[in-house]
Amino acid sequence: MRRGMDNKVIENVTETDFTALMLAVRDRQDKAAFAALFQHFAPRVKGFLMKSGTDAALAEDCAQDVMAVLWNKAALYDPARASVATWVFTIARNRRIDIARKARRPEPEALDWGETEPDQADVYEAGQETARLVAAMANLPEKQRVLIQRAYYGELSHSEIAAETGLPLGTIKSRIRLALDRLRQSMS
Amino acid sequence: MSIRHHLSDPLLIAYAAGNLPEAFGLVVATHISMCDTCRAQLAAFEALGGAVIEGEAVALADGALAAAMARLEVPEVAKPLAMLKLKHNDLPAPLLDYIGGGLAEVKWRSLGMGVRQAILPTTKGATARLLYIPAGQAVPDHGHCGTELTLVLRGAFRDATDRFGPGDVEIATEELEHTPVAEAGEACICLAATDAPLRFSALIPRLLQPLFRI
Repeated sequence: MRRGMDNKVIENVTETDFTALMLAVRDRQDKAAFAALFQHFAPRVKGFLMKSGTDAALAEDCAQDVMAVLWNKAALYDPARASVATWVFTIARNRRIDIARKARRPEPEALDWGETEPDQADVYEAGQETARLVAAMANLPEKQRVLIQRAYYGELSHSEIAAETGLPLGTIKSRIRLALDRLRQSMS
Repeated sequence: MSIRHHLSDPLLIAYAAGNLPEAFGLVVATHISMCDTCRAQLAAFEALGGAVIEGEAVALADGALAAAMARLEVPEVAKPLAMLKLKHNDLPAPLLDYIGGGLAEVKWRSLGMGVRQAILPTTKGATARLLYIPAGQAVPDHGHCGTELTLVLRGAFRDATDRFGPGDVEIATEELEHTPVAEAGEACICLAATDAPLRFSALIPRLLQPLFRI
């Protein structure tokens, strides 16, 4: 159980609620919404970093950092392109690269999505994607699920990763691809 | 630009997981800058990362929330991404960063026969370099001990497997012994990354190899 923006007890928080909480952080610097996101995601970031070989004390510190980045860079969050969980994952991953190898982290050229209103159907779909993938992962054979987890914990090199995940990722790819096509058209 | 040769899913998953050597990461980031198909596929694998972290909660110490709240600053205003478009925009942004400019700023070294290369600074584990192959010229026959990624930036090359044009990436593994030849008409400029030294079939390039770090 946790308390939400209006201090009401929220149960069974769904991904859509995370999106609403994240938008409250982005648009209104809502600290209660941040606290609710922290309660859910900070322990998951800590768990992910520990599974990736970071010791508990550093993982704790980094989890707090990651959540602070979520707040400080909230203006960059776009609910039509990624769920909050996905966005938190990318921040945590970047933090992990930075502590692990102190190397530069080449990133794709950033796109200027401009001021266009996010497509509401896309926002809904992105909000559902994590819950759907979690359910799909739970249905995978144990061995296959473990291989995916190990790939994301950084235990497998690219040559050891299987080409097939067995997960329904095509709909996510299509959604992003269509958004990119619309963006390219508006730019040309 | 019609790209026909894309990154593989394992490479994109390893990149999404933050687990590729820096030199490979540079090739992936540069290709994605040119290829919306792979940009969308990467987004899907990042979404999978979001699902993976959902399963891994470890409780934080008491007071963690208060400590994090104390770190919150005035949120940054979204930066206008268009600012990233530098004046040297003849290459994708990730490469501009590593060269410190556009193609005109590359510090080439001759490998003979008009072939030139420039090693880009990355951490150990894999090396990245730009290759300049004059039109119609071949890169010496070579095999690979590990994986070699070659991304075409300008022009095109052919080898026994296919033709590779701008934006195409060739993923070569140990099985592939090949002689890439730049197409006639225009020099071919590539970004290549290897996680092990190349094996040249001829003696002379093999002797030169330590010298040029190819």
